[in-house]
Amino acid sequence: MILERLQEKFAPEILSCHQDLGDLTIVVKKDRLHDILESLKTDPDLAFEMLMDVCGADYLAFGEAAEKPRFEVVYHLYSLSKNHRLRLRVKVPEDDMKVPTAIDLWKSADWHEREAHDLFGLEFVGHPNLKRLLLFEGFEGHPLRKDYPMEKRQKIPVPEEKLK
Amino acid sequence: MALNIGPAHPATHGALRFLVELDGETITKASTEIGYLHRAFEKHAEHSTWSQVIPYTDRLNYCSSLMNNVGYCFAVEKLLNIEIPDRAKFIRVIVAELGRIMDHLICVGTSAVDLGALSNFWYFYNVREQIYDFTERLCGARLTTNYTRIGGVMRDLPPDFDSGMRKVLKSLDRAVRDVTRLLERNRIFIDRTQGVGAVSKEDAISWGFTGPCLRASGVPYDIRKAQPYYYYDTFDFEIPVGTTGDTYDRLMLRVEEIRQSQKIIEQALDRIPEGPILVNDPKVALPPKEKVYGSIEGLMNHFMLLVDGIKPPKGEIYAATEAANGELGFYIISDGGARPYRIHCRPPCFPICAAYGKMVEGGMIADAVAVLGSLNIVVGELDR
Repeated sequence: MILERLQEKFAPEILSCHQDLGDLTIVVKKDRLHDILESLKTDPDLAFEMLMDVCGADYLAFGEAAEKPRFEVVYHLYSLSKNHRLRLRVKVPEDDMKVPTAIDLWKSADWHEREAHDLFGLEFVGHPNLKRLLLFEGFEGHPLRKDYPMEKRQKIPVPEEKLK
Repeated sequence: MALNIGPAHPATHGALRFLVELDGETITKASTEIGYLHRAFEKHAEHSTWSQVIPYTDRLNYCSSLMNNVGYCFAVEKLLNIEIPDRAKFIRVIVAELGRIMDHLICVGTSAVDLGALSNFWYFYNVREQIYDFTERLCGARLTTNYTRIGGVMRDLPPDFDSGMRKVLKSLDRAVRDVTRLLERNRIFIDRTQGVGAVSKEDAISWGFTGPCLRASGVPYDIRKAQPYYYYDTFDFEIPVGTTGDTYDRLMLRVEEIRQSQKIIEQALDRIPEGPILVNDPKVALPPKEKVYGSIEGLMNHFMLLVDGIKPPKGEIYAATEAANGELGFYIISDGGARPYRIHCRPPCFPICAAYGKMVEGGMIADAVAVLGSLNIVVGELDR
């Protein structure tokens, strides 16, 4: 039912859909993402009042067809009134990592998007405070990407006075 | 005046940093800085086998580590699409509720200490020590338990668990009664917590609150009732719901949840069936030691499981359990290999800490400390 509702308005953006292992998952393109999220929240039959999670995923090393586009933003939504869940996966290519922010729809997107930006480098357009969250300010790189080696060390920034 | 409530501070219960701008004693702007305990759980998980991640999950919410173990193994078993034996399910329920009780005992005890009520800490921590005796007998460790395995639990309940646990629950009863009598109608406690840090229903839903903080604002959402797992729909318990969402509601709700968890543990101890504790699937669970030392198939099975590891099929799963602070979700992507491709842990106190800055604006510094105690922000879970 959720899929039909979305297909009425956003059929060209929906790439695929499956319901493996009991989770409904819809994969969409990046265009009109904000409209899709808004309709998921406001449509009375879908009514996803809670945004549980926003995270990123890097498909660089995912087996034979290392998939293009490389990144994904995954939204986990839950509806309190209808008691159903949805996973929305948005494909994001490496050369254009800008995604519209969901902070005007759900306030919980605030820190989740900051964390995704911190660890993957995804840019959420319209976010009022897109700074690093978990890592320190002088950190270089985005560690959860597959090409960031596990053993890499960072230079710890030292305040200027101590150097003198 | 700008004040830094720095990462090393007795009232922040962990390494959290708040930068507040003050006008006298009133906070005009507040912002939070986290990440002091970031240990790269998700990156480490990508480089370990599926079973090697379980000790990492202990250290997420270190106050109730058993619940993290249960949450992670629940997600991986859903991905593998296997059913664990009934006895293992009941043991996991008992152990998860013990974890919930321990977390709430810490939260209420330490929040009361922040407000100056010192005795409650000792009453609650005494019971915690008694429960620790049992976790030690169960899995060898008091805090970082590493108890569940993919396919069941590590070791069966010791023979005197039933009678010993009931004694502990009686002493928990007494402790809860003592603390309630000390706090519930105490003038100072009520003045410091009622009306402080109130969160409305709409705000709580929009901010992504779950667990006791959401239920204190009036939303009766509990995963154990909404999407039950492990026979929770057959247990007889209630979920307490608050009205105003202020600090008093959040703390008293946790005390009531301790009583409900006690009921669940007693029912589970009455109903627990006999049987195996690990699923009988050679691709998932280690064979018993008699087979390993006695037959060549057992030896080969043991070897392949430890060297190659469990290999779930390609796919993804998001599994949420009701942890002490709210919905603990694990989003796992598997590419069919021996190591997880991506694990994302959705900590329950992440959105709660995000809202903290807005919650204390307009209040006083002393209120900020009271509110922080009631939110139960465990930094291990927040930063992963």
